[in-house]
Amino acid sequence: PWKAMHDPATQIWTSFIAHEQKRDQHQSSKQHGGPTMAEKGVKVFGMWASPMAIRVEWALRLKGVGYEYVDEDLASKSDALLRHNPVTKKVPVLVHDGKPIAESTIIVEYIDEAWKDGYPIMPADPYDRAQARFWARFADDKCNAAIFPVFTATGEAQREVVREAQRCLKTLEKALEGKKFFGGDAVGYLDVVVGWYAYWLPIIEEVSGADVVTDEELPLMKAWFGRFLAVDVVKETLPPRDKLLALNKARREQLSA
Amino acid sequence: KSIDPTNSTAMAGEKGLVLLDFWVSPFGQRCRIALAEKGLPYEYVEENLMAGKSDRLLRSNPIHKKIPVLLHDGRPVNESLIILNYLDDAFPDTPSLLPSDPYQRAQARFWADYVDKKVYDCGTRLWKLKGEPHAQARADMVEILKNLDGALGDKAFFGGHAFGFVDAAFAPFTSWFHSYEKYGEFSVAEVAPKIAAWAKRCGERESVAKSLYSPDKIYEFIGVLKKMHGVE
Repeated sequence: PWKAMHDPATQIWTSFIAHEQKRDQHQSSKQHGGPTMAEKGVKVFGMWASPMAIRVEWALRLKGVGYEYVDEDLASKSDALLRHNPVTKKVPVLVHDGKPIAESTIIVEYIDEAWKDGYPIMPADPYDRAQARFWARFADDKCNAAIFPVFTATGEAQREVVREAQRCLKTLEKALEGKKFFGGDAVGYLDVVVGWYAYWLPIIEEVSGADVVTDEELPLMKAWFGRFLAVDVVKETLPPRDKLLALNKARREQLSA
Repeated sequence: KSIDPTNSTAMAGEKGLVLLDFWVSPFGQRCRIALAEKGLPYEYVEENLMAGKSDRLLRSNPIHKKIPVLLHDGRPVNESLIILNYLDDAFPDTPSLLPSDPYQRAQARFWADYVDKKVYDCGTRLWKLKGEPHAQARADMVEILKNLDGALGDKAFFGGHAFGFVDAAFAPFTSWFHSYEKYGEFSVAEVAPKIAAWAKRCGERESVAKSLYSPDKIYEFIGVLKKMHGVE
């Protein structure tokens, strides 16, 4: 009659990216303002192609908070990451003055509360907050799981999984009705959580030859994609398109082989 | 104003709190515990899920069609942890489930989320599966309990001195421990002694004692589930 919530989709994304990392060693540490001394400051342990990690960057940038970004090799995780998140060992992890927080949506809420005088990320009204959290879980649990098969399927099977993905996104789209962003006139929590679709989905579509978010099927979502990608903190954080495309192309080939 | 996709205007006339629930659901029990801890009066509505879903449930949660659903002045809030967060937000003059410090709040959310993702499904695998998958489920459950044991540490409750968010999230599963032990052939007191002690402490709280069913009742219920799923 009931089921606990899974996070299979996040595991899918980060694990398939991990395979690429084996060949494509990419360890870098990009400074984004604010020096770190001993345990002071803000550090983000992420991975350049991870949609979950980018949420954390968007939230920090909305607040105008400087941070150090540590790009992890998921096939060979750093001691620091494993020390900061021994339970799930996943990215992203935010470390604030030496204290670690894991799980991207939990990190985003933390950022909103820790820098509460900055840009408001969560809605103010309790009912709106509950709705935003509900949609965030729906997107992460249902939509992500519906999107992944689009990436790997072909032919008739792909047509079916595309329809399923569209059904899911159409449900999510209802939360956009009458608004510029999920957050209303400005970007909010739900935009930060699902915003990665705006950049990653067109790449998935290109790689797999499928059309998911079209003007006919998902007009509100399509329009929101454009508005979201035009937001400054989003624009300045996105990973290079050609690199992301190449990664996804290679991964698709690997999964289909 | 946000659009409410569940079209709750039909129910907007109802004032107060209503909980759509199913007697043995640990997710529903979390909400009952939270409401009791906050001293909030509410109407409890039993959804007989074995006999199909009521119109009210389907209207309140059209996407997942699941309990628990909290209706507040007719507007639905779905999913137990979201309901718990909502109760804190909407009733700030009641005892808070979440701590006030942002870092502590993030930790509480992390562990409640961990319980959510892991415990029920692993437990289901324990009673459903045989052979190697069963052995894996047993190993997973032991690891889950050990992790929670570590998170609790030497505190009386996950929330510290006070019963809080993670305690409300995990307490309903304490009546499932007996079944997990029988199906998994391990002892909670051995693999997670702090959790075992915590479970006793929780059981002494009125909010928990009133919301939970006996371990034997849960074991019996699992027997019913097994029949439903055609598991020997």
